[in-house]
Amino acid sequence: MSEIIPTITQLSYLIAASFFIMGLRYLTSPLTARKGNILASTGMFIAIVVTLLDFSVLNYQMILLAIVIGSLIGGVLARSIKMTAMPQMVGLLNGFGGGAAALIAVGEFQRLSTEEIILTDSFVAIFPGIFIGCVTLTGSLVAFGKLQGIIKGRPITFPLQHYINFFLLFTFIGASIFFVIASPDPSFVLVLVGVSLILGVLIVFPIGGADMPVVIAMLNSLSGLAASTAGFVLGNNILVIAGALVGASGMILTNVMCKAMNRSPTKVLFGSFGAKKEITKAVKGDKNVRSIDVEEAAMILGYAKSVIVIPGFGMAAAQAQHAVSELAEHLEKRGVNIKYAIHPVAGRMPGHMNVLLAEANVPFTQLNDIDDINPEFKRTDVALVIGANDVVNPAARHNKSSPIYGMPILDADKAHHVIIIKRGMKPGFAGIDNELFYNKKTMMLFGDARDTVSKLIEEIGHI
Amino acid sequence: MVSELIVGLFVFVLSMFVGREIIKKIPPTLHTPLMSGANAISGIVLVGAILVSGPQEISLVVMFGLVAVVLATINVVGGFMVTDRMLKMFKRKDENK
Repeated sequence: MSEIIPTITQLSYLIAASFFIMGLRYLTSPLTARKGNILASTGMFIAIVVTLLDFSVLNYQMILLAIVIGSLIGGVLARSIKMTAMPQMVGLLNGFGGGAAALIAVGEFQRLSTEEIILTDSFVAIFPGIFIGCVTLTGSLVAFGKLQGIIKGRPITFPLQHYINFFLLFTFIGASIFFVIASPDPSFVLVLVGVSLILGVLIVFPIGGADMPVVIAMLNSLSGLAASTAGFVLGNNILVIAGALVGASGMILTNVMCKAMNRSPTKVLFGSFGAKKEITKAVKGDKNVRSIDVEEAAMILGYAKSVIVIPGFGMAAAQAQHAVSELAEHLEKRGVNIKYAIHPVAGRMPGHMNVLLAEANVPFTQLNDIDDINPEFKRTDVALVIGANDVVNPAARHNKSSPIYGMPILDADKAHHVIIIKRGMKPGFAGIDNELFYNKKTMMLFGDARDTVSKLIEEIGHI
Repeated sequence: MVSELIVGLFVFVLSMFVGREIIKKIPPTLHTPLMSGANAISGIVLVGAILVSGPQEISLVVMFGLVAVVLATINVVGGFMVTDRMLKMFKRKDENK
């Protein structure tokens, strides 16, 4: 009997792992995605129940109490969070995952260090477990703080930051080796924890708002790797598999984001984008900006045949997604063909704009990726830019001295007319002037995104 | 030496490849739900946390384990619920009206 139960446990873990993989598989289409999520959560449920039935788990009351507390917090968070705040939510969850993994590693360390022979496989895995877990925890908390606006979003640099980071990294590695060779007093492990916690803060702290999508994706990946290392520590394959899946997912997203910004992951981590003062002087010559009022914009939009909407972080910040969707609906009633062009780094995390527009009832079939939509701009009457900036800056195509040179952009300037809804002439996160503002085709419609779009809806009703 | 650690490494690397192949195919529209869903899946550390907090007598280790259980549960429940909330919103045109 004592042999059968562990076998059943392991087989159930295998089923759970299959559910995770199938669940992710269903995420490849919006039509099946919800089913996929339910499948993955079923896998999780199986894994948790089986673990609770494990013979070594005796502390039921406390564990169930902890699960109830966690469920309540998680449930409230999930229900109450605004869709615009999704990057913070994901950031926070990344941190919790990392924190849990770090606690497991430290806990196992405590347990093993009271026993005689401690030099086992799992003992070796404890060090990366502590490291990845702690870095994910504090890194995510800093990212959360930045996204939430508690910590300044602008890139912050301090002297010798890279040297200090490398010094801390080597301290950690050195201390780990010291542990394996000399097995010093177990309380020395606090040094390892401390160093990793500080390193997490120092790595994310200098990174600016524009790079947040990359950072969130990286931390997502790390939270998965933290789960994997916890799996190594405990010798538990389900943790290793699930963690690896998440790790891979985060890596792919990191890559997608980096490509979309034409930056390498190392540059994001060590470059502190936008920290330097504006070097590239904006295009010389005619710096005339044509500004129009709501009535005029309503006329142009109302009599257009086709409009491509380009949303950006400004739309999220102003909570304007519902107004934008309403505007699109009114225009569609007038026979205007509406599409949305979504740049991969629009917003603060991958896919952020898509979720906001889906929330506002925009059908996902109208949401287009950069590659699909770019050829269509030249056949389009109006490109309507709402709260986006750097992702439509043509300087990325031709101005080699521009910090965003080489970044793929949405070709808004190829549309017959461009209307840009913007609060003022302030540059975007890259801290550079946008050539598109001075283009002859461009009309600036100054104002808060939500207000302006609401006024547009009203005006279009009059024509 | 084919130890547990080596077997684990095999599982780890192969799972990464599986993950890569599947996740590559997920469209950008779904990248945010993918992240929150992945978050929920990384909440699998809950399994580890439960095992660590298993012993009956309360020790420092068990305390650590219990805190880890709370954190990981937030991850699991929050992650799956918020993902479902998002995915519910993705509709085709005809479903809207």
